Amino acid sequence: MTLWAATRANLIKDLRLEWRSKDALNATGFFSLLVVVIFSFSFEPTAEEARRIAGGLIWVAFLFAAIIALNQTWARELRHHVLDGYRLSPAPASALFLGKALGNFIFVAAVEAITAPLFIIFYNLRAVGDASLLILVFLFGTWALVVNGTFFAALSIRTRNREVMLPLLLFPISVPAVLAMVQATTFILTGDDSPLLWIKLLIGYDVIFTTAGLLLFPTVLNAE
Amino acid sequence: MSVLLGENGAGKSTLMRIACGLAQPSSGSVTLHGTLGYMAHATMLYDELTGMENLSYFAQLYGLTDSACIAAISAVGLDPALARHVRDYSQGMRQRLSLARAILNEPEILLLDEPFSNVDIASTSQMAKLLGELRDRGKTLLVITHQPAALSKVADEYIVLREGRITERSRTLTEVWA
Amino acid sequence: MKNLLIAVTLALLIFGFYQAIYVAPEEATIFYYHVPSAWTAMLLFFANFLASIAYLIWRSPKSDAWALAFAEAGVVYCTIVLVTGPLWAKPVWGIWWTWDARLTTTLVMWLIYVAYLMLRRFSEGQQTATIAAALAVFGFLDVPIVYMSIRWWRTQHPQPVIGGGQGSGIAPEMKFALFANWAAFMAMAAMTCWFRYQIARAEQEQEHAAALESLKTVEVH
Repeated sequence: MTLWAATRANLIKDLRLEWRSKDALNATGFFSLLVVVIFSFSFEPTAEEARRIAGGLIWVAFLFAAIIALNQTWARELRHHVLDGYRLSPAPASALFLGKALGNFIFVAAVEAITAPLFIIFYNLRAVGDASLLILVFLFGTWALVVNGTFFAALSIRTRNREVMLPLLLFPISVPAVLAMVQATTFILTGDDSPLLWIKLLIGYDVIFTTAGLLLFPTVLNAE
Repeated sequence: MSVLLGENGAGKSTLMRIACGLAQPSSGSVTLHGTLGYMAHATMLYDELTGMENLSYFAQLYGLTDSACIAAISAVGLDPALARHVRDYSQGMRQRLSLARAILNEPEILLLDEPFSNVDIASTSQMAKLLGELRDRGKTLLVITHQPAALSKVADEYIVLREGRITERSRTLTEVWA
Repeated sequence: MKNLLIAVTLALLIFGFYQAIYVAPEEATIFYYHVPSAWTAMLLFFANFLASIAYLIWRSPKSDAWALAFAEAGVVYCTIVLVTGPLWAKPVWGIWWTWDARLTTTLVMWLIYVAYLMLRRFSEGQQTATIAAALAVFGFLDVPIVYMSIRWWRTQHPQPVIGGGQGSGIAPEMKFALFANWAAFMAMAAMTCWFRYQIARAEQEQEHAAALESLKTVEVH
C-alpha cells in the first residue's frame, strides 16, 4: 500500500462526502460573506487606505473561515467509528492526514476564490504591485493554515471542548504564517516593497510544518 | 466459533479492541495467528456513501480491487449495485454491510462485537446463518453477544467472562447457564 | 534533598537581591529580574521540548510529568517577563509596548504554552500525554520562525532603535548582579519543577489506582 494511493483514496472519499453533505462549504462560504460585509461597513477606507488594510482583513476573514471548515473535518470520521476501520487497515496513517489536508485545502481555497472577488468589489481594490504573485501567496498561505489546522483539529477532537480548542491551538502557532501572508498581500497591493521575502518565509513554514505533521500524525492517531 | 458471554462491563469489548490493536493493554499481550477482521458495535461506515462506495474505499486501503468488494457484498446477501446511501439502510442491512467490510480482506480470524444489536428477528437468524457459513468456510470466529441462543446451531463453544477473567468454558449453552 | 533545594534557592535569592539593590548601579533595578526571568523561561521551554521528545520515544509517564512541570514553570517566568517588560519600558523609552522581535517572540511563546496547558487541561486519559507532546514539538519549532519573521517585519518598518544589542555596555558589577540573580532564578525554577514533578507523579499514580478500582467495582456488581 503506497502513501500516494492511500492519500488519493482519502482525498476522493473526502471530496465525495463534502460534495454530498456540503457541511463545510455552505457554512464557511456564508461565514466569509458575512465577514466581508461587516468589515466593509465597519471600515470605510479611501482607495489608498484600502490597499493598506485589505491584506490584514482578507486573511483574518480566511483564518476564521478555515477554522469553521477544519472543525468539521474529523467529525465525520468519528461518527460510527470509521476512524477505527482506518486504523485496522494496513494503509499508512500519514496518508489519512495528507488526504484530509489536501481536501481541506481545496475547500478553503474554493471559499477564498468566491470571497476574494467580493473583497475587490467592496473595497474597489487595484493592486499597484505584481498581482500575479497573489496566487503564490494564496496557495502557500492557505496550505500553511490547513496543514496545521488539520493536525490541530485531530488534537482538539480528543478534548472536551472540541470546537473552542482548535483556534486556541492554531492561532498562536500560525503567527509567523499570518504575518507573512498579510505582509506579502499588502506589499503586492501597495507596491511599497517586494513580497518575495515573505513568500519564501511561507514556503519554509509550509515545508517545516508539513514534515512535522506527517511525522507526528501516526502517533496522534494511535494515542488511545 | 467461540461465543463470548458476560455482563456489561466484564471486559468483552475491551478485549476485542485490544486484540485488534486499537487499544493498549495495561499489562499482558495478545497473540493471534492469522489475518484479522473486526465488526464492531459501531458500523464503521460513512452515512453519505453507498454500500459499494464504502467498501471500495476500504478496499483501496487494503490494496484490493472492486471485485473483492462485489464478492463481499454478495456474500452477505446485499446487492452491490444498490445506489442508496447507507444512511437510508435498515439496521439489519447496515449490520450486514458492516460484516461485509469486516470480511473484505478474507481474514482468517473474525472478531464480532454484538452482531445482533438493534436487529429484528428475521435479520438475526439471517446473520446467524451467514456466520455459520463463514465458520464452515474454515474461519475462526469470536462473537460477543447477549443473545447466545441465536447462535446455538453454529457455535462450537461458549466462554464466560467476568471481572476481566474467563470463569467458564463449555461446549453447550445449558452448561454455561447452569 | 527538598530542604537543601529550598535553602540554596533562598540564599541565592537573597544574595541576588543584595547585589541588585545595594551593589549594582541604581538605574533600572527591574533589569536584574526581567532578563534572568526571560533566560529561565526560554530554558524551561527548551526542557519541555526535550521531555516531550523523550516521551514520544520512550513513552515513560515520568517524561510526561517533567514536560508538564517545565511548561507550567515556563509560563510563570514568561508571565514575569511580560509584566516587568512594560514596567521597565515605560520610564526608559516612554512607551509600554513595542512590537520588537524579542518582546513579540516572548508574547507568542507565552500564547503557545498557555495553549499547551489548556490542551492538557481539557483532554482526558492516557492520550493527554501524547497529544500534548505533539503540540510541544510544533510549538518549539515555531519559536525561531516567529523570531525571524518579527525581525524581518521590523526591519521593513523602520522605527527608532531601542536599547543596544544584547548585553552591550553592561558594567562588570551589573553583569555580576545579573548572573547572581539568574542563578537564583534557575535554582527557584529547579525547585518548583521538582515539586511540581512529584505532584504530577502522585496524580498519575492516583489515576492509575482509580482505574484499577473501577475494574474492581464490576466485581461487586
